[in-house]
Amino acid sequence: MTPPTPRARPVAPVWLDRALAFAGATAALLSFGLFAWLVWDLARLGLPRISWTFLTGEIEDAGRSGGIGPLLVSTLLILVCCLALVIPLGTGCALWLSEFVRRGSLAARLVTGGVDLLASVPSIVFGLFGMVFFGQTLKMGFSILSGGLTLACMILPILVRTTLSALEALPADLRPASAGLGLTRTTSIVKLLLPAALPGIVVGITLGIGRALSETAALIFTSGYSIRWPSSFWDSGRALSVHIYDLTLNVPQSGAMASSTALVLLALILVVNSAAVALSEHWLRRRHQTS
Amino acid sequence: MLGLLALVAGGMVLLIVWYLFSNALPVIEAGRLAAFFTDSLWQPRSQRDPQFGVVSMLVASFLVTLLAVALALPVGLAGAVFHRFYAPPVLERWNRRMLELLIGVPSVVFGFWGLMVIVPLIVRLAPHTSGQSLLAASIVLGLMILPIIALTSQAALQAVPPAQLQAAAGLGMGRARTIWSVALPAAKGGIGAGVLLALARAIGETMAVVLVCGNIPQIPKSLFDGIRPVTSTIALEMGYATASHKALLFCAALILVLFTALLVGWLSFRKVESDPGTGGA
Repeated sequence: MTPPTPRARPVAPVWLDRALAFAGATAALLSFGLFAWLVWDLARLGLPRISWTFLTGEIEDAGRSGGIGPLLVSTLLILVCCLALVIPLGTGCALWLSEFVRRGSLAARLVTGGVDLLASVPSIVFGLFGMVFFGQTLKMGFSILSGGLTLACMILPILVRTTLSALEALPADLRPASAGLGLTRTTSIVKLLLPAALPGIVVGITLGIGRALSETAALIFTSGYSIRWPSSFWDSGRALSVHIYDLTLNVPQSGAMASSTALVLLALILVVNSAAVALSEHWLRRRHQTS
Repeated sequence: MLGLLALVAGGMVLLIVWYLFSNALPVIEAGRLAAFFTDSLWQPRSQRDPQFGVVSMLVASFLVTLLAVALALPVGLAGAVFHRFYAPPVLERWNRRMLELLIGVPSVVFGFWGLMVIVPLIVRLAPHTSGQSLLAASIVLGLMILPIIALTSQAALQAVPPAQLQAAAGLGMGRARTIWSVALPAAKGGIGAGVLLALARAIGETMAVVLVCGNIPQIPKSLFDGIRPVTSTIALEMGYATASHKALLFCAALILVLFTALLVGWLSFRKVESDPGTGGA
């Protein structure tokens, strides 16, 4: 019996190749163009206003004039609260997963599954949860603390994931070697594993900061709308992203101020995310050189 | 000690679901859940005739999400093919950097820009509407998920074994035929995973949508009708909601979480199935 002859595939005509190239180039240009348009619009409207007094001044006339000083401080304080919770929680969880349980065991699978599901929760839902859990059950009300802790829950998966992969990427002989030297597990973790995984952890933290800076929905019901200079973590404070939302939704003729705020926020995020990319590339290069 | 931290981190999602559930409980206990799906209108604060129909919002959420993916997928995929097979490597590298930065653009900035730019354009297209519509929300949301789809497609195309592409070239297939019959089928799984990820992200998105969707709780009859997805409703009404209205919003949030959890759960389940070697999730 003869095997069936494979159906001859005609070579695609040249015009098809050209058409594909054309469609692809159009799509690439389109996506680049749209984003260039967005940035150009923001810069055109917002750049003229940006100055030192804008960055440090108070909000005037509901946001139609003045600056964003208090918002920058509030945003910073929210980040501080967020990192204070998420760094120990995220690193601890990742350490436990990589050093204390067998990979693929039921406990490890449950915890990683939980963290993955956490990553899928929409940000507005974190807002609701933060409002009732931190705000009402833990009696923090509308406060910077409540907002920061809510964001911590939201970026926790990012930190766990990056720290875990940093720990798993460490040379496998590090652990038996440290045991051979008679180091206890705690010493080995504190003096050896954590410092070695630090670059990965820092990248995770940086990515998390970028995500936290850009978040709005999780903050409107937790850290609130107050535009005064915050004097403690228990004050309500408006983040930059919430300011853009509030101006656009509630304050007519504030487009220019919203653009300026958006530009400042974009610049901050750009710096943070570029730092994350640069750090991870630097770290990868060094590992390639040493190994 | 560390185990405790891991327990907190892994159990956080349960805590969230529990809090949503306990706050939604008044509605569930009062047997109002059926009204959620049978009432045709959403007027929870009306004294005379309170109605709790959430169907129009669910439909709006699905429609806007599907349209956004329908807009972003061709552009993102074609762009990825171009950068993988036609463009010089330098361009590809810079494109990837740009996309990675664009993923970080806050959704509220997309929403704000959409209101300033896209909505007036739509008004010009359909002069007797407000412009805040299903179409506007889909475009803005599509723009937001475009980098996700483009990056995952690019990674999926990159992961196609070079030997397959060389074999195709050896058989005398042209570039177009290679892309169509070898590269795209081989990258199908990765591209699909990216689309699912984008879907989950889009359906839970609030800020990019709430500013441009028009906020009219109705089932849209045309692209130019205003809509009101679930997330927008929560964002707009939670500020002043009380009692059963508030419980209803928590109920809506619960539905949203269950849905995205299903999407993502299915995704990681599929990943485990397809490559058991790496252990998946």
